[in-house]
Amino acid sequence: MNAQSPVRRTPTRAVNWNRVQDDTDLTVWNRLTSNFWLPEKVPLSNDIPSWATLTDHEQQLTIRVFTGLTMLDTVQASVGAMAMMPDAVTPHEEAVLTNIAFMESVHARSYSSIFSTLCATKDIDEAFRWSEENPHLQKKARLVLEHYRSADPLRRKVASVFLESFMFYSGFYLPMHWSSRAKLTNTADLIRLIIRDEAVHGYYIGYKFQRALERVTEAERAEIKDFAFAMMFDLYEVEEAYTEELYDGVGLSEDVKKFLHYNANKALMNLGYEALFPSSVTDVNPAILAALSPNSDENHDFFSGSGSSYVIGKAVATEDEDWDF
Amino acid sequence: MTGLVYYSSGSGNTRRFVERLGLPATRIAADTRVTEPFVLITPSYSDGEGHGAVAKPVIRFLNDPANRALIRGVIGTGNLNFGEHFALAGKIIATKCQVPLLYTFELAGTEEDVARVRQGLETFWTRQRSIGP
Repeated sequence: MNAQSPVRRTPTRAVNWNRVQDDTDLTVWNRLTSNFWLPEKVPLSNDIPSWATLTDHEQQLTIRVFTGLTMLDTVQASVGAMAMMPDAVTPHEEAVLTNIAFMESVHARSYSSIFSTLCATKDIDEAFRWSEENPHLQKKARLVLEHYRSADPLRRKVASVFLESFMFYSGFYLPMHWSSRAKLTNTADLIRLIIRDEAVHGYYIGYKFQRALERVTEAERAEIKDFAFAMMFDLYEVEEAYTEELYDGVGLSEDVKKFLHYNANKALMNLGYEALFPSSVTDVNPAILAALSPNSDENHDFFSGSGSSYVIGKAVATEDEDWDF
Repeated sequence: MTGLVYYSSGSGNTRRFVERLGLPATRIAADTRVTEPFVLITPSYSDGEGHGAVAKPVIRFLNDPANRALIRGVIGTGNLNFGEHFALAGKIIATKCQVPLLYTFELAGTEEDVARVRQGLETFWTRQRSIGP
């Protein structure tokens, strides 16, 4: 048909999930859709008695932290995921990005569910006002948005992975802290769902970043790496200031910073880079790791004898049909 | 000997870990067949319910009885963000194959993880040799 047409147009293509060029698109799509959730599934109202045990200051801190997280989710939903859409190399990647964008909207919406369950309207309004006026939080958003608007798809992906895998964590720390004190445990369950989603997002965008990096010259690769580490330094500086402003009052700033270092390293690993912070400053409080990952035996080390057992004996779900020896 | 077999997806985290270990290692491909005892290093991919943790190529590799007979231990990798399903593939394989889960680490591992696994594998293989084939 095209041969007869005077103007040769690129046909509009329908996404065909039976012809997948990159298996990771399908794997991640399946993972994200099977992980789908809504805040209504978490019984947040069970946290009302626990909320009442927090001091006024602790309540204000919690609302502000969640408002800051809401803002980042808003940026990621309406700008970040969309900014990467034109760079998609497969139609399936576009579909995955729409899922990521929507889940970020679910995350942003979830904080409002927490607020409406636990807080007074005037306190919520105060926190949203605070989020618009806080210079550190605004700078965080500005730094990321600036790179989302850059002309370079690789830089956009770096910004996205840093947002998903690093910038949220000054905020995620607090519900994990409360959870480790047996407070706001249902809220923590909801936050863990968000944390799980962010890990898949960071993995996927990091994977696409590494594929895109293979298609540029050695010199460009070096330039992007310099850019990524420089951006991490910039972000870290503002995260540090933001952390101190929020957490100095409750004496947790140093503990939060270790969590930031640890997650900065993980964000860099998602991009395929080496860790930046040495282990002397990534020794996250074990109570926080345990809250992040309940029942996970995170320090399993059979070599040094600290693992739970010689052979893990308890039954685990294995339902793949071809896993039958 | 210190046989090492690993699976690494496009994120390349496990591959980078193995490169830093600096030990001879085989990356699982479509028809990988091993002839000597080995320790397996594998990432985990489960969904929120814990399904699908073990990567299909790893399942195919272990479904070969000749390969399975030679596994001596497993090292699981993952991301603590996945909570209780962290490094689940390693745990499933340890249970299924009745071998020890030797170690777990996150993503491409830290310098400490590299050092501990290198040291641990050396001791492990020495002990394996002393207790026979």
